[in-house]
Amino acid sequence: MSTAQLAPLKDGRTRERALAVRWLARPEVGVFLGAAAVFVFFLIAAPTLRDGGSMATVLYQSSTIGIMALPVALLMIGGEFDLSSGVAVISSALTASMLSYQLTMNVWTGVIVALIVSLAVGAFNGWMVVRTGLPSFLVTLGTFLILQGVNLAVTKLVTGNVASDDISDMDGFDQARTVFASSFDVGGVEIKITVVWWIVFAALATWILLRTKYGNWIFAVGGNKESARAVGVPVNFTKITLFMAVGFGAWFIGMHNLFSFNTVQSGEGVGQELIYIAAAVIGGCLLTGGSGSAIGPVFGAFMFGMVQQGIVYAGWNPDWFKAFLGVMLLGAVLINLWIQRTATRR
Amino acid sequence: MDSATPARPRKLVPVVALAAAAALTLAGCSSSSGGKKAEERAASGASAGKATTPRMKVALVTHAAPGDTFWDTVRKGAEAAAQKDNIELVYSHDPIAGNQANLVQNGIDQKVDGIAVTLAKPDALKAVLAKAQRAGIPVVGLNSGMSDWKRLGLLEFFGQDEAVAGEAFGNRLNTDGAKKVACVIHEQGNVGLTQRCDGLKKTFKGTTEILYVNGTDMPSVQSTITAKLRQDTAIDHVVTLGAPFAFTAAKSVSEAGSKAKVATFDLNKELVKAVQAGTITFAVDQQPYLQGYLAVDGLWLYKNNGNYSGGGEQAVLTGPAFVDKTNVAKVAEYAAKGTR
Repeated sequence: MSTAQLAPLKDGRTRERALAVRWLARPEVGVFLGAAAVFVFFLIAAPTLRDGGSMATVLYQSSTIGIMALPVALLMIGGEFDLSSGVAVISSALTASMLSYQLTMNVWTGVIVALIVSLAVGAFNGWMVVRTGLPSFLVTLGTFLILQGVNLAVTKLVTGNVASDDISDMDGFDQARTVFASSFDVGGVEIKITVVWWIVFAALATWILLRTKYGNWIFAVGGNKESARAVGVPVNFTKITLFMAVGFGAWFIGMHNLFSFNTVQSGEGVGQELIYIAAAVIGGCLLTGGSGSAIGPVFGAFMFGMVQQGIVYAGWNPDWFKAFLGVMLLGAVLINLWIQRTATRR
Repeated sequence: MDSATPARPRKLVPVVALAAAAALTLAGCSSSSGGKKAEERAASGASAGKATTPRMKVALVTHAAPGDTFWDTVRKGAEAAAQKDNIELVYSHDPIAGNQANLVQNGIDQKVDGIAVTLAKPDALKAVLAKAQRAGIPVVGLNSGMSDWKRLGLLEFFGQDEAVAGEAFGNRLNTDGAKKVACVIHEQGNVGLTQRCDGLKKTFKGTTEILYVNGTDMPSVQSTITAKLRQDTAIDHVVTLGAPFAFTAAKSVSEAGSKAKVATFDLNKELVKAVQAGTITFAVDQQPYLQGYLAVDGLWLYKNNGNYSGGGEQAVLTGPAFVDKTNVAKVAEYAAKGTR
């Protein structure tokens, strides 16, 4: 700790703290350091990871978590969270796939309908939370179970199987694949389009959070709902739209799954919601709301992707994967906490 | 993280307990039957020399959920072959299709000399397998994907034709005089498991009911089967698609007070004992150890001698091998080692 300089301030009540300390106090800096540590660690442990192609694989794995972790993080800053986000991804993909296939329509029809359905599920979650005042944990737990059952039952009912039919030979598939699941070449390394979308969405989320009125509303409703309402923040609108943003994320990743793998397995997606939440928490979002950033979850997701693939690149026994992930999660959270405490101490 | 407080006497309790436990163990409180010692007495494992061919790296990527006995046996077979053939084996698994595709990509990134992969969700792996071929990496399939491996351009396939196994199972049920069967699927979306029940349905003369359970949560499997047996008392055979589920089904049968018999696909060490004891009527073994072993060995043969196992045309079948009262004794000695 460097000694803080005493300097006259605008109101003279607080001391100006050293730049490094102020910088460390930002929630996303702790996770950045953690991600860098994990990254360096695996670079040393796994020689094959130093290859550009391997890095692209790690980034891709991270992006599929990261795109979802962003709206989940915003929702958590807004003081709520969503347990249904994992299966909602699969619901969205199934909707698009089955609708296009069964009605023999251009796949874009399915894509649009899936977006509407996903936003509607988000809106339903938000509406239930603000209308009933129930904890979002309970409401979205219900939605999670409903969607899980509906995914299987409807798929079985419509297709006679437990996976959706292959739609890769239908009109519009190639276009949609270009948007959601293509890849392009950068200096001999194949980068997946999701990585680009991930960066775009992260920039967008950061801008919304820091530069718009809506961003202030998010912090306000997560920090203290009643005070926010008292100063005229539209609390219900903010919360419902945040849930809808999670729906949008679920739709996007669902479309990615559909167009990169052609078919969708109805039983998947369970457990993913916790991964998204974990990425957001590692990224410095508090479970209690009112604090966090959009760039933090980017590094949180990167950490997850890094470990998931890094263990394999290092040739370790994959039996330890989950244990390692858990240790890393706790470690990251503790480091965050410690940095916050030391940096904000006066 | 130790607290900075000085040690209190309370901290000594676990130490004392440990010491006491150790002393008791040494003082001859050991069991005279079963346990690790019995296992060691039973096992003098299959060991062989080691090939002098150049070191190569093989990635085995399966769709296994963590902690599944069946996949552990596959892995043991693969490891045995790898050890023999001077191969460095990179084993990874993930039940989520997209993640499995990523793990195959991981193998490509590592520039392995061969990839062995399960095709439970073939369409999801199509793109990444094409990539492996472009990179000039030989790919063989194992376990699931009997109907898809050629379409996806794999060199060889080692496994059981699930439809054939299902049909054989159905015929066997006819001989045993079954009338109504519940076929328990423990992994939604797995093509192979669905084919088994469909094959069974085809040859079985009675009625077949499909029952979905959550295979990663055993208590829920048990209660689901129990509920089904209570709801439909006409069911006289419960068919499970994996050994661990057979025991659960047997528990459900007694819990529901049903007269149903339990028969299963796949085998493990405990199941052999259950067949010997008669709690499970019979099992169809697809020999997972053989699948893992042959897949790795097949890649080695291809690399070092240009051999195509199965001639590049047909799959190499590892099952169905029926295990029942008549032949269980022979199987038991290998099952005790966890390799059958």
